[in-house]
Amino acid sequence: MFQVRIHGRGGQGVVTAAEMLSVAAFDEGRHAQAFPSFGSERMGAPVVAFCRIDDKEIRLREPIMEPDAIIIQDPTLLHQVDVFAGLRKDGYILINTSKTFDQLGLGDMIRDWRHERLCTVPAMELALKHVGRPVPNVPLLGGFAAVAGVLQLESVIKAIGERFSGKVAAGNIAAAREAYEIVRAEMDEARRKETEHA
Amino acid sequence: MLKQTEGSRAVAEAVAMCRPEVICAYPISPQTHIVEALGEMVKDGSLSPCEFINVESEFAAMSVAIGASAAGARSYTATASQGLLFMAEAVYNASGLGLPIVMTVANRSIGAPINIWNDHSDALSQRDSGWLQLFAETNQEALDLHIQAFRLAEELSLPVMVCMDGFILTHAYERVDMPTQAQVDAYLPKYEPRQVLDPSEPVSIGAMVGPEAFMEVRYLAHAKQMQALERIPEFAAEFRQIFGRDSGGLTHTYRTEDAETIIVAMGSVLGTIKDVIDEMREAGHKIGVLGITLFRPFPLARVRESLQGAKRVVVLEKSMAVGLGGILSTNVRMALSGLHMHGYTVIAGLGGRAITKKSLHGLFREAEQDALEPLTFLDLDWNMVNKQLEREKAHRRSGPVAENLLRDVGVVAARNY
Repeated sequence: MFQVRIHGRGGQGVVTAAEMLSVAAFDEGRHAQAFPSFGSERMGAPVVAFCRIDDKEIRLREPIMEPDAIIIQDPTLLHQVDVFAGLRKDGYILINTSKTFDQLGLGDMIRDWRHERLCTVPAMELALKHVGRPVPNVPLLGGFAAVAGVLQLESVIKAIGERFSGKVAAGNIAAAREAYEIVRAEMDEARRKETEHA
Repeated sequence: MLKQTEGSRAVAEAVAMCRPEVICAYPISPQTHIVEALGEMVKDGSLSPCEFINVESEFAAMSVAIGASAAGARSYTATASQGLLFMAEAVYNASGLGLPIVMTVANRSIGAPINIWNDHSDALSQRDSGWLQLFAETNQEALDLHIQAFRLAEELSLPVMVCMDGFILTHAYERVDMPTQAQVDAYLPKYEPRQVLDPSEPVSIGAMVGPEAFMEVRYLAHAKQMQALERIPEFAAEFRQIFGRDSGGLTHTYRTEDAETIIVAMGSVLGTIKDVIDEMREAGHKIGVLGITLFRPFPLARVRESLQGAKRVVVLEKSMAVGLGGILSTNVRMALSGLHMHGYTVIAGLGGRAITKKSLHGLFREAEQDALEPLTFLDLDWNMVNKQLEREKAHRRSGPVAENLLRDVGVVAARNY
């Protein structure tokens, strides 16, 4: 079972992102379960959503406390919420930011982690560029397809097409593709550096 | 057809396939998505003929359902939590009058303190209202139970409540097998009311009944509900024939053969419990679980039969009888009267407190050693409790409990992971 936890703020499409991940997994013939951790929802408040992916029926209903991957839609949460709670070493992290992990002050935490699993993508900028709205959730799913490798980009794109239509769908698909490429490039770079060290 | 969708959406689509003629509802979390979806279907004509009536409160919602049902319309509503309490008087009237209304309860706690998350307090507060009560374990079962509920309600001329865990099921996206309209039509015949307000054949419904006949009317309500114990397995069998899967029924057992310890629970937590049981079975523990699908009428004989071979029974419930202990466990105990075995009540998951595999492993192992207290509150934070008790001892004006505890834990934003 692969477990993903998504952190963001009310209005950023956190819950939608988890649901779309589950749809993408379903389209690949897998079992998936997406669910929110609702607080008293309001714009800007911290929101968490979860997605489990497995090859057999998922019966477990507890929140995801030990995720394999974490997607952070809003980097300002790093100072407010323990977003990494329960993440095992060498888990996957994808953050919506144009900064690096070092610039975010996370350098020490991830020093001896596998760097090709730790990626950032300027999803807000991609969303503004392609969709015209500051909603980072969908481009991050493109990035997630790259970094975690549990879902194909094409399944994510299919899920986008099922959720949205017309210009919004086209824009989000373009943003997801670009995010995918950005993350792939980062991963290649991280692997290259690692080989140099070795 | 298999699809990945939200529990609320799946239920709304199943309800729509049952061809309700009147839907009336007042929105309340976590029921909202169900009635929103149905409202959209009525508006865009995909659910027709059907009238969606916006009402000003839950009391009005049930009152409209009563009127519509008495006029011969297949009627549906949905609510949760305080909404169910607010409609309580009409809830009793619906069953007292014998009107086959189907209602979803998206289970949520009852305040105060106000809390929007899941437990079973709302539905169980209406356990003596005369409604049949079914509890869904998964979204698949939730949608299946709605189809069975209309059949059952109309056959017995009694209202049926389908209970599904708020947020945990209503807001979960998972795989469901949506039936076809043809399957539902084959299963659910046209509604033939036993009583109907018809100007061409006038009757009155809702007479005042004095001591001369009140007990008899009430006894008949009980007798009629008890018929459900025989009819439900038949309806479930017929459901299997048409839809090709097991859903509904009185109870479900899982790995209870040769089990020394049997857990009893209702709703979505059964999934987590089954995962724990698989892991414990692998380690050699003789443990299983009994899931209660039908809570009213309570299947006493079936529960007794399922549990009598065990050494101990642990009832894990998301509800509480303040001043007594458990609600489900009191019912289970009645089924076990005269049998010698250890019985434990565990209150868990109130107000959305996560019920984790880790906690269940610890709990079940303690139970196996008969080291549990008769009444246990799973994952209760005793520090928090004791701090407040000390505060109350020290100060006369100790202040509001909820606010004190929130201050003690320093909550910024609610979280359950």
